[in-house]
Amino acid sequence: MPTQTEIGYNSKIEGDVIVTRVDAALNWFRQNSIWPMPMGLACCAIELMAAGASRYDISRFGSEVMRFSPRQSDVMIVAGTVTYKMALAVRRVYEQMAEPKWVIAMGACASTGGMYRSYAVLQGVDNIIPVDVYVAGCPPRPEALLDALIKLQNKIGKEPLLATQKSVA
Amino acid sequence: MTALDLAQQIKAQFGELISVPAEFRGEITVTVADAERIAEVCDFARQSLGCDGLIDLSSVDNYGEDPRWTLVYELYGYGHRCHLRLKTSVSEEKSELPTISGIWRTADWHEREIYDMMGVRFRGHSDLRRILMWDGYPYFPLRKDFPLAGKPTDLPDVAFTKTAPLEGGPFVTVAGGKDTMAREPRVRNPEN
Repeated sequence: MPTQTEIGYNSKIEGDVIVTRVDAALNWFRQNSIWPMPMGLACCAIELMAAGASRYDISRFGSEVMRFSPRQSDVMIVAGTVTYKMALAVRRVYEQMAEPKWVIAMGACASTGGMYRSYAVLQGVDNIIPVDVYVAGCPPRPEALLDALIKLQNKIGKEPLLATQKSVA
Repeated sequence: MTALDLAQQIKAQFGELISVPAEFRGEITVTVADAERIAEVCDFARQSLGCDGLIDLSSVDNYGEDPRWTLVYELYGYGHRCHLRLKTSVSEEKSELPTISGIWRTADWHEREIYDMMGVRFRGHSDLRRILMWDGYPYFPLRKDFPLAGKPTDLPDVAFTKTAPLEGGPFVTVAGGKDTMAREPRVRNPEN
């Protein structure tokens, strides 16, 4: 039995016309297909894999395409302990990502160094790259990562895209 | 065959070089007086006593004492299933002893780790590079006089380190305390 509820656009009422703003449309494209660069460095990567698997299913939010190439990805999910030995490699991968790009610091270690107050561990990945969303937890549950993804989508949806575009002379 | 038999055979072979076997909780430890001859002792243990496995090779920093370094060799034989521990000491000025990586190949990485963390060198090692930290890192972080928070370094295009914020720490737990107040992590400096 077909549903009677009309959600959103109805061609019988609107005609074949949709009115919106350009940046709202562009942001809508962007926010619903954020391809992650899985920077799995420790146990948080296991939860990241769980978020990508069938039970939690990150593809419900358009982010199922895990790209192991920085050139094809939009958000770097730093999942795990960033050691000083790895730090410049993380920054190098981030720098290779094409704009626009975002970063999720997943878990206590990536956010602050976590329990590793140590000579060997970078005290938060925001020392080397800008972070958009921090996720608490050690490790965070997959739901927490999905919540961070939704927060990032909301953030992208509000970006004043055209106002910040550089003009090409 | 018991671990004590192994220790006595080593003692019979090398005499004064080897201490009287000490037993603690069923484990036998002998001390090798001269670290320069550790490879010789290990070779004998492998060839003649059937100790075909090296379980572990580790180092101890007796900071403030002389000799400063103690090296601990855990030997095992898969044939006789006996475990024997060898200990030997190296002074800080020397900080060097012969490699045993030619006797048990697994010692290769153990020795590299000891070199990386403690700064004790192994003469004759085929590839004595740092294994955890990067080449060019100037300190040996497992030494007792190295601070827990680390020290700032910078090696351009390779790696940098900064001092970790300890916020009044380190916070230390005490096992076997009377109550939770005594056991939970607190600031416990040696001074107070």
